[in-house]
Amino acid sequence: MSAETINTEKVKAAIEAAVRGCRVEILPNGSPSGQHSLILDNEHAVEAALFLRDNPELRLDYCSDVAGVDWLDKEVTEKVKVWKLVDGAEKEVEETRKSVTPGYLEAVYHLFSMEKKHGPVVLRLRTQDRGEGARVPSLTPVWRSAEFQEREAFDLYGIVFEGHPDLRRILMWDELKDHPMRKDYVAPPDEDEPAGAVAQEGGR
Amino acid sequence: MSAVEERIVELTGDVDSGQLLEVSMGPHHPSTHGVFRMNVELEGERVMKLKPVFGYLHRNHEKIAENGSYLAAMPFTDRLDYMCSMTNNWAYALSVEKLAGIAVPERAEYVRVIVAELTRLQNHVSLIGFLMQDMGASGTPLMYAFREREKILDLFEQLSGTRMMCNYMRFGGVRVDPTPEWLAEAEALVGRFPAFLDEFEQLLRENEILMSRTQGVGVLPRELAVNAGVTGPMLRASGVNYDIRKVDAYGIYDRFQFRVPLGEHGDVYDRYMIRMLEMRESVKILEQALREIPEGPAMDPKARLRGLRPKAGEAYGRIESPKGELGFFLISNGTPEPYRYRVRPPSMINLTVLEDMCLGRSVADIVVTLGSVDIILGEVDR
Amino acid sequence: MLGEGIVKGLAETARNFFGSYAEKDRLTTVQFPEERLPQAEAARVFPFLVYDTDDMEKGLRCVACKICEVECPPKCITIEKSTEKKPDFTGKPQFFPEKFEIDVSVCMSCQICVEVCPFEAIKMDTAFELSTDDRFGGLHWPKERLAKPNEYYHQIHPMEAAAVDEQLAEKKAKAEEKHVPAAAQAEGAAAR
Repeated sequence: MSAETINTEKVKAAIEAAVRGCRVEILPNGSPSGQHSLILDNEHAVEAALFLRDNPELRLDYCSDVAGVDWLDKEVTEKVKVWKLVDGAEKEVEETRKSVTPGYLEAVYHLFSMEKKHGPVVLRLRTQDRGEGARVPSLTPVWRSAEFQEREAFDLYGIVFEGHPDLRRILMWDELKDHPMRKDYVAPPDEDEPAGAVAQEGGR
Repeated sequence: MSAVEERIVELTGDVDSGQLLEVSMGPHHPSTHGVFRMNVELEGERVMKLKPVFGYLHRNHEKIAENGSYLAAMPFTDRLDYMCSMTNNWAYALSVEKLAGIAVPERAEYVRVIVAELTRLQNHVSLIGFLMQDMGASGTPLMYAFREREKILDLFEQLSGTRMMCNYMRFGGVRVDPTPEWLAEAEALVGRFPAFLDEFEQLLRENEILMSRTQGVGVLPRELAVNAGVTGPMLRASGVNYDIRKVDAYGIYDRFQFRVPLGEHGDVYDRYMIRMLEMRESVKILEQALREIPEGPAMDPKARLRGLRPKAGEAYGRIESPKGELGFFLISNGTPEPYRYRVRPPSMINLTVLEDMCLGRSVADIVVTLGSVDIILGEVDR
Repeated sequence: MLGEGIVKGLAETARNFFGSYAEKDRLTTVQFPEERLPQAEAARVFPFLVYDTDDMEKGLRCVACKICEVECPPKCITIEKSTEKKPDFTGKPQFFPEKFEIDVSVCMSCQICVEVCPFEAIKMDTAFELSTDDRFGGLHWPKERLAKPNEYYHQIHPMEAAAVDEQLAEKKAKAEEKHVPAAAQAEGAAAR
């Protein structure tokens, strides 16, 4: 039903052929929409984006949507069977092992082509972690439409877009320290109106 | 010469000028359609710099939606672009249907087209009214526009129970099946609409004051429009043929005969005329849809109202809302709540180019240019 | 000629002005508190609870299942379930809400509570002149204020209410059908 969809494999091959050293990974999508995405490595992201925009066959001249996504640290517990010495005899024992995959933030770009009328191609840029290393290169120099949306992702998720011409908070106030769209954000208690107290006072 | 002075000379050609005046235009300026502020730097009357500031109406709509079920987000989408709740509903329903693979029955598709095009009519007609109000034509055009808009809102009230916060669409169809009387009434309204459009055009099109205030003002070049992701009537006024109804043919738009009006100059007058012409095309679509609407269920019988749990995955669905491309990006992780719920707000992204359109023009032109962008702060701030 | 467009526009304005005396279509406003436009059948403002018979406590259809409380998007409904049961319209013992409160300052009239209710117990009211000078108590509607008789429902949404009544009568008939053989069996068992 959508416009001409693009083969993700082909785009991947094209990027890898054009941008030397660029690592591209395909992230399959399990939903019926079938919009698979490409994970770019941060060093070559701008170069790859320029290629996607200017390549005469792809001409992805229109970056529609930039979304931040927060992936928390994942704790995986698995049960492993191990041979162990128990009471002098070797036995098979079940043991639980915990491993933590570190969380990261992600900027998701949806690209379309106004000239060729096809799309979407979904690009993903990932940060190293959710703290100091929450940095990805900005694609605003490639597509101006990312300007406000990257500022929004910076504001609400705390992703720092390196190379953005004017990276400031856009929706929240400048003094705010936190990033409210993160999954571990806890809203501060409402200072002006402690719901219970005022309601009791006001209830006649 | 300092950098600022050089810039002034570049923009105005005036070598003698010097001082810049910083003005905060808004958030309570009557022309800003709500609470919207522009930090403007002026040299005399000329705009040297313009930075939009918003967020006054921010309520973190996306977070609210991520904390509720898929169904619970539907009434909140009404409040995004509160002039066009029907198209907001459709964009969200479309995205969820893509995400979960839900089919929509034929009749519901027709009903969706009908209400969406009615929404387009009432949005464009009131936008033109507001634009004239911003220009100083106080009252008359806006009142005429609102008179017609009210008739459409009455139809919405009969159908969904509310004039503006319709909350009408559901995943897999629409909430209420329109009665034959309702369809007849809609047909009568659509039949009368071209006469009103003629009248409205007669009122304004050749008006010399309107022409001198809008022609050549707020010009948006084609390349910049594409690069800055401008969509909707604003993009088409700059001469780019990109209408998602044609490109994606979502719903059943490929069954209707209609044309996409294109502008040539990309100025405010073109944006005004594009909306006028688009209304005429909408009337054509409505006539066809109301004639061809089949009998049948308005809701997929397999679709359940509660407890939707899409498989893990993601989907981006978009429609041509009256303001531009309205998209919803959803990520599911298999739970009843969306893991990520993102709105692509057309009015916010169309504001990216506001500065480019206003530089070197006078303050009065900011008002007109902003009016022609067609922003709704409920959607810009979310 | 310069000014021709303006004159054309003014002619249009004049046509509308004088036309408003003759054509009803051009004069759409009414003098509100004295004159009122009829409300649409589907109109909705805030929810109310329906009860059958004359007694609010006994006839309340709500069984405190809390589905609306869970599904309410802005979470404005508070329900406390009763400890004992009372018979519902089919005679089956059911829980009832000890407390049922809607915070109408939070409610956004979305009608989702009505759609998800399996017992046809909550419906949308059409009354809209509800201003109050009490910011807290006046906007926190308890069960007593929310409960309205079925006749009132028929008054504001006649078509919808008739359909609901039909549905409930069907349900009741089915329940009685089941009930009667069971009762007969029980009687038979007692006689033996």
